[in-house]
Amino acid sequence: MADIPLTHIQTETMPAGLKGIAADLSSDQQAFKNVSWGKAMIWIFLLSDTFVFSCFLIAYMTARMSTSVPWPNPSEVFALEIGGVTLPLLLIAIMTFVLISSSGTMAMAVNYAYRRDRRTTAILMLVTALLGAAFVGMQAFEWTKLIHEGVRPWENPWGAAQFGSAFFMITGFHGTHVTFGVIFLLIVARKVWRGDFDREAKGFFTSRKGRYEAVEIMGLYWHFVDLVWVFIFAFFYLW
Amino acid sequence: MTEIPLGPGGMSADVEDVELYHPHSWITKYVFAQDAKVIAIQYSLVALGVGLIALVLSWLMRLQLGFPGVFEFIDADRYYQLITMHGMMMVVYVLTALFLGGFGNYLIPLMVGARDMVFPYVNMLSFWVYFLAVLILVASFFAPGGPTGAGWTLYPPQAILAGTPGQEWGIVLMLVSLIVFIIGFTMGGLNYVVTVLQGRARGMTLMRMPLTVWGIFTASVMALLAFPALFVGAVMMLFDKLLGTSFFMPTLYSMGEQLKYGGGSPLLFQHLFWFFGHPEVYIVALPAFGIVSDLISVHARRNIFGYRMMVWAIIAIGALSFVVWAHHMYVSGMNPYFGFFFATTTLIIAIPTAIKVYNWVLTLWRGDIHLRTPMLFALAFIVTFVNGGLTGLFLGNVVVDVPLSDTMFVVAHFHMVMGVAPILVIFGAIYHWYPKVTGRLLDETLGKIHFWITFLGAYAIFFPMHYLGLMGVPRRYHEMLESTTYPASAHQLNIFITIAALIVGAAQFMFVFNLAWSLFRGREADGNPWGAASLEWQTPETPPPHGNWGPHVPVVYRWAYDYNVPGAARDFIPQNEPPPAVVAMQGHSP
Repeated sequence: MADIPLTHIQTETMPAGLKGIAADLSSDQQAFKNVSWGKAMIWIFLLSDTFVFSCFLIAYMTARMSTSVPWPNPSEVFALEIGGVTLPLLLIAIMTFVLISSSGTMAMAVNYAYRRDRRTTAILMLVTALLGAAFVGMQAFEWTKLIHEGVRPWENPWGAAQFGSAFFMITGFHGTHVTFGVIFLLIVARKVWRGDFDREAKGFFTSRKGRYEAVEIMGLYWHFVDLVWVFIFAFFYLW
Repeated sequence: MTEIPLGPGGMSADVEDVELYHPHSWITKYVFAQDAKVIAIQYSLVALGVGLIALVLSWLMRLQLGFPGVFEFIDADRYYQLITMHGMMMVVYVLTALFLGGFGNYLIPLMVGARDMVFPYVNMLSFWVYFLAVLILVASFFAPGGPTGAGWTLYPPQAILAGTPGQEWGIVLMLVSLIVFIIGFTMGGLNYVVTVLQGRARGMTLMRMPLTVWGIFTASVMALLAFPALFVGAVMMLFDKLLGTSFFMPTLYSMGEQLKYGGGSPLLFQHLFWFFGHPEVYIVALPAFGIVSDLISVHARRNIFGYRMMVWAIIAIGALSFVVWAHHMYVSGMNPYFGFFFATTTLIIAIPTAIKVYNWVLTLWRGDIHLRTPMLFALAFIVTFVNGGLTGLFLGNVVVDVPLSDTMFVVAHFHMVMGVAPILVIFGAIYHWYPKVTGRLLDETLGKIHFWITFLGAYAIFFPMHYLGLMGVPRRYHEMLESTTYPASAHQLNIFITIAALIVGAAQFMFVFNLAWSLFRGREADGNPWGAASLEWQTPETPPPHGNWGPHVPVVYRWAYDYNVPGAARDFIPQNEPPPAVVAMQGHSP
């Protein structure tokens, strides 16, 4: 893809400014030059998924603003008591740190994949998957703790029932995204490790040849899930 | 059209070459098929089947309204279930699936000169997930308590409370089915959008695409952005129902007892629903706009008037439709100041829409009009759409809408504008593209009878409803009680409407017969029976085989509307016919 020169685009005859952008976008064959189908697809999917998460978050904010009962204080609810000291949002801080770090290892994996360094790529993807699994694990711990304290989707001991509803729904939906990400990370890592992309082995379901680009597509999804968490962190835990 | 210079001949495309999956058994060829054309037919047949079920449901509703009390099995509960299922099936499972899954799958790859959709495997999954959604929906007919009777808008709190039919299982199956449908649609939608953006043939610029592709493309983008709101609404209501959360449920008293719910906002659901629901109107309308433009151009032998403006109008309508949703909620109790904003944006949509109508009419002006069946349906669409659009001006204004809310006037309006009008286009499109799909023409005589009964019958059904609505006859009431509120004429009109509906419905079965009969006995058609210029008519074989184009993907030299060009040999020039200069330079023949 990337190494095919686009000879039929004659830059000197292209109009400048906004018109140039429009002419470029609407020119033949591809709206986004040298963007592969897979990457175009994941970007559009993520745009759609952004709307899903936006709707969830806006719905939560509406519920929080319109409920007549006080909203539980997140920094107290999500505090951990360690050695007699109450540390607000400690677990959430660690989870956020873990997830953002995993974005770093993912970015490195993409880089190594394009250098065709199979071993390092696979290891970095495994580390990413491990960090993701750790995130989900900590989330499971947090859910267990809250459930023991009496938080349910329909009630909680501290205030508005919508607190538990929104908490389980939004973190659950995000956690599902992370879990799917971990599963696909493992699948792609296995393919990289076995050299499927070098041998152009056909996919099990799609019977299409895989490419190292799969690592980057995986990475785009992973960074998105990470970014969504930042918004959940800001709007749910810090507000 | 300005000529965009092309590279040297050789004519291989710069876009990725599709790795086509070559089926090796009957099952992979026709059942779990990855060919977009087979998937299109699967989508269309299932959608038409659902459409026939929904048609029978509407018959039952009309029987009750026309002859209240005669059919005792249609009690109030049953009537609500009929309304709900008819509405939801028609809007989501018929129109959306048929335009995007059916026409989108068949026409996009052929019209943009691709061998297939970009992700055939995902495309296949899309159909089967859609099929699963249909099964779940139909299953609710057999569930204890029957399907939900909450109205197609599924407004909480009543949708999940005792007293609404189907609140045990029906509503759960409906919500699950919608969630599954949205997942399936997303798989298909990504395919349609990426194929149009990144998978076109050499020379196929965006501004050379037929308007059909523009309409389906814009609608797919909108659907990818609008369905998430419905998805979220459905998930939250499912939790309210199954987990006992109170997202949409305020504090309620029933039979003197306080229910377990409290603190939620029913208005929130309405906002989520209509943030999906209004774009949905245009998700159905934009493909119809696009298809009708092509039908008119081909059968009037004229280029579409103002192509560029047509494209921009499609995009403008698509964008505007995301900021008008609360015009469905004027009487919901939302902040009254919102009404001013949403009425304004709603009326602004009339501008691009009017541009489109004027351009269709101007395309016909001095055209060489052939009144074949597809053209009749296209012309009927213009009339019907204008009609439904004009009543939209009434309902878009808050002060006029308030007294008309929840009357038969609303029913008449949206059936005209997003029921009858798109269905007319669907019929026209089927008559138009059937020879490409099967190699045979649909029977013209049956087609004309079908057209006149459907067209005149639709007016016989929905015109009187405007009058009923102005008299204040409410919708969703399973009978007008014997009161002096409504004159005898209202009752007589209801009988008239019911008889018209029975006849129009019966005519649709004639259409189904025509589909089946012409498949074997129809007049054989060559590859391009209408003399159309767009790419799907230029395939080397008809019906097009797997891979569409044989060894060479076509190269596009012009837009899709070169009809009656002065000096040309024929009255149309196919999109892939090179200009004389190119032929001379390359010694190349198409």
